[in-house]
Amino acid sequence: MMTALFVMAGIAIVLGAALGFSAIRFRVEGNPLVSKIDAVLPQTQCGQCGYPGCKPYATAIASGEADINKCPPGGEEGIHKLAELLGVEFKPFGEGTQPKAKAVAFIDENVCIGCTLCLQACPVDAIVGAAKQMHTIIAPECTGCELCIAPCPVDCIDMIPLEENIDNWKWRYPVYALTPAQ
Amino acid sequence: MLSSPFITKPSSVSAIMLRVLLALLPAVALYVWYYGPAILVSMTLASLTALGTEAIMLKLRDRPLKPFLSDNTALLTAWLLALSIPPLAPWWLIVVGTAFAISVAKHLYGGMGNNPFNPAMVGYAVLIVSFPVQMTHWLSPLGLGAGLGFGEQLQYIFAGTLPPGITFDAVTMATPLDTLKTQLHLDHAVTQIMQMPIYGYLAGKGSEMVALGFLVGGIYLLFARIITWHIPLAFIGGLLLTAEVFHLVDPAHYVSPLFHVVSGASMIGAFFILTDPVTSPTTPRGKLIFAASAGFITYIIRVFGGYPDGIAFATLLMNIGVPIIDAYTQPKVFGRKKGQP
Amino acid sequence: MSKLYHFHGGVHPPANKTQSTQTPIAQAAMPPRLVIPLHQHAGGTATRPAVKVGDRVLKGQVIGLPEGRISSAVHASTSGTVTAIDLQPVAHPSGLPALCVTLIPDGKDEWIEHHGTDYRELPHADLRHLLRMAGIVGLGGAVFPSDLKLHSGQQRIKTLVLNGAECEPYITCDDMLMRERAAEIVRGAEIMCALLQAEVVLVGIEDNKPQAIATMQQAVATGQHENIRVVAVPTIYPGGGAKQLIRVLTGIEVPYGVRASEMGVQCFNVGTAYSVCRAIAHGEPLLSRIVTITGNVQRPQNFEVLLGTPIAELAAQAGTKPDTTGYIMGGPMMGVPVPSAQAGVIKATNCLIASSPALFPPAPPALPCIRCTRCAEVCPADLQPQELYWFAKARELGKAQEYHLFDCIECGACSYVCPSHIPLVQYYRFAKSEIWAHEQEKNAADLARERHEFRQERLERDKRERAEKLAQKERAAAAAKAAAAAAPPAPAGDSAPPAAPAQPAADPAQALIQAAIERAKAQAALSKPKNTENLTPQQRAEIAEIEARRAKIREIARPDNGQNEGP
Ligand code: SF4
Ligand code: SF4
Repeated sequence: MMTALFVMAGIAIVLGAALGFSAIRFRVEGNPLVSKIDAVLPQTQCGQCGYPGCKPYATAIASGEADINKCPPGGEEGIHKLAELLGVEFKPFGEGTQPKAKAVAFIDENVCIGCTLCLQACPVDAIVGAAKQMHTIIAPECTGCELCIAPCPVDCIDMIPLEENIDNWKWRYPVYALTPAQ
Repeated sequence: MLSSPFITKPSSVSAIMLRVLLALLPAVALYVWYYGPAILVSMTLASLTALGTEAIMLKLRDRPLKPFLSDNTALLTAWLLALSIPPLAPWWLIVVGTAFAISVAKHLYGGMGNNPFNPAMVGYAVLIVSFPVQMTHWLSPLGLGAGLGFGEQLQYIFAGTLPPGITFDAVTMATPLDTLKTQLHLDHAVTQIMQMPIYGYLAGKGSEMVALGFLVGGIYLLFARIITWHIPLAFIGGLLLTAEVFHLVDPAHYVSPLFHVVSGASMIGAFFILTDPVTSPTTPRGKLIFAASAGFITYIIRVFGGYPDGIAFATLLMNIGVPIIDAYTQPKVFGRKKGQP
Repeated sequence: MSKLYHFHGGVHPPANKTQSTQTPIAQAAMPPRLVIPLHQHAGGTATRPAVKVGDRVLKGQVIGLPEGRISSAVHASTSGTVTAIDLQPVAHPSGLPALCVTLIPDGKDEWIEHHGTDYRELPHADLRHLLRMAGIVGLGGAVFPSDLKLHSGQQRIKTLVLNGAECEPYITCDDMLMRERAAEIVRGAEIMCALLQAEVVLVGIEDNKPQAIATMQQAVATGQHENIRVVAVPTIYPGGGAKQLIRVLTGIEVPYGVRASEMGVQCFNVGTAYSVCRAIAHGEPLLSRIVTITGNVQRPQNFEVLLGTPIAELAAQAGTKPDTTGYIMGGPMMGVPVPSAQAGVIKATNCLIASSPALFPPAPPALPCIRCTRCAEVCPADLQPQELYWFAKARELGKAQEYHLFDCIECGACSYVCPSHIPLVQYYRFAKSEIWAHEQEKNAADLARERHEFRQERLERDKRERAEKLAQKERAAAAAKAAAAAAPPAPAGDSAPPAAPAQPAADPAQALIQAAIERAKAQAALSKPKNTENLTPQQRAEIAEIEARRAKIREIARPDNGQNEGP
């Protein structure tokens, strides 16, 4: 009886020591979870999650203070990915946060007054222009965050949804009427 | 949305399964010849139960009935199970076994194509574990023991009674494999045991002929390209090799390898049970590993285990390993070097 | 007879080729309207329209100029008037429209000035440029610009493989081309061989085309080409796939992601060789191609068709049967359904099959996979299609990639044999395009992250610098004050200006006021565009210019795609 106890205790101590050692020996600098979460987030930098960018939101998720269903640009798929990464349940979007089709901003150059306010709002520097000059969006770099819309004093920025065309068309998931699977 | 290819080869699951059923017929015929028509009764019972259970399960799972009831896979399970258990057994035995095979082993795991374990073998395992007595009384082959007419067999199956003056023991016996085991326990030498009346040319009288029937059917399947050579060959090879090693070491206690190959369920196992596509590996190398290991395990269970035959448990054991075997035996892809990811 | 190699798998679908080889290649009638898409090559960027609506163009005139590296010119197939440059239905499985030039032929078929050259007298770079400007692309169906493939590059190309296998059922255009125009194919091969500096040319033709083999051999013998060999290869689908044919003829296996040229071989379709010959030796750009019309038509046969001929027009010449439900472009194994019969014939159109429910009955409902591995037995890429299917179906795209999804050549052999009638290839196509889209999203996200981080850094730096400047100024001011305290007193109010320089641009109040004023102005401006009468010509020009710029921006706004096609 005593031997068994000793053996158990011995094993516990050895394993504990090994764990403790490896925790110190193999410690990863920084918080890898944050960058892993950040890698899943769409990098729209729109702040719709309530944080000033994707990285801060990732940090908040990692520390447990934010939910995983706060990122509309990531869509349901994004939530699924986060749930999988963190090993938690999928959570649908709450009231008021709904994903939208991806769009890019477009500045109506006839109306633009060159105030540079949008320039300062763009989180990814996707707007070119200078004071009193007409501004233009670099479309491939626009993340569709809509942050430039509110500051514009003349409401000249529109979001143009990206439509499906021959180049970005995707093959659909096969659906057959009688397929018993699914 | 339509997408290429627009033509398909005229083949279907039900056609394939139908041919497998056909391939079983020579063995069934020999079975009837040697043991009387009782097997036909149990096959019919099994078929009806299988279709009934399948229909109920499909309804419960909300799947269309027609494509699945006509795919013949349930029938195949039923026939394989009927051929694996003693024909002269109370009717409920085969009914319980088949119902379990179809409902639990097949449908609870996701239905056709998704079951990890061979349903017929699951049914067999359940029966042999639950009803060991009924499962070890096999009909004596033609010319041994007291013969029973068809009516008398039917009477026993459904009412459980035998004609007056005939005892159950007079019409049944243990399988040749079982007899061998018991006799060896009694310290009889193999050569001596082989002289017993229940043994024929190579193995059990009658049963060796049925095994031949399975072989014929199996060869048909090979030629019809319904199965590939890998599994039957590797299984028989594995079994032969293991048996040979033991036989060489001690011929007095370990019977010749050929005996094993034509005994028990070896042949039906090699060509019909292990080759079940759903529960066997898909890669050629995987098939070889799978079947050879099954052959080895079969031998071990037969010779050292407590069950009369080892095919069922060998199959189920190897079924567990299929995903791993598949994952580690992926073939080389066109243009890539061997072992390259 | 050289040694032939073998590839794994393959199937033998019914060939259905004899129907369309009974009559020689006919010239298709001039249609009343040609619809010529401006993007007819694989991948890369579309060509830039080189004509305007209303222009009169001559036969062979460039109407789409190549842009970017992977591009190839598009020409007017006959003389006539451009009546529209707009989005039209095209022969693409998506059913989405693409930019096309609509041309009304004037019936004169008047050529632009053109002349042939002797390929031996031109440097290779010029020859390649000629091919690019002649719009020569792979005519086997892949339509990759040929000039890019006719490069010897770092690795020496030893073998040039000419693909005349034509393994797909129904298609006979290459067969007929070889029977009737073997000499020009051989000349084209000669030019290609020179461009690649290849040692041998192997022409692979499936042994179900004895006539084509004979004429090709004859042409080679007449031309006394010692380095060209015509080889009969076994008839098996997909033996005419570039990778498979290269394997059969040379024993070389070209893996996914590696160019054949890196392994010392290059493969072209015989039709491409023919058009290379026309382009170099006769100066004729690619204006027409041989198209097999077969299936549910009265007189299946091959036509020489002007590019842009509407499919319905062409089919009518072969006698459409009333129960025709649609057309398949390509063969029944790999072809694509044409979304609209009004779409024009393109460079990739090797065959059009009129389909009817009787000819191609819909497949029975798909049952679950029974893991029978028939698909794996026939897969020419040695894949395990059933595993790929499993992963694609479960949307486990990473796993599918691990099992070499991208090595799949979408030949359809697996779907063809599957007893459960699972549309396997469709699952693979779905998975592939999904993966590409993900990749693109990921790249975009990475770019955004990078730019965002850069911006954060820049803002930080600006702040720091400003703070430093401020501190400096304050220090200076303090020093000045200290000095002033010592020196005679300075006028009051002098301490405000030092902080000012950082202010004006950022002063929010000022900006807001400014904005308000501007808004008022802008409101007025906004209502103006409606007022389109009474504009001076100059204003009109301005508007047009702005519109053009907008169109350009929209063009840029379209995410770049289709770059995934490799050579
Ligand atoms: S052929 Fe069809 S049923 Fe057979 S393994 Fe392949 S996908 Fe599965
Ligand atoms: S379509 Fe792909 S997976 Fe199917 S047989 Fe062809 S190469 Fe193999």
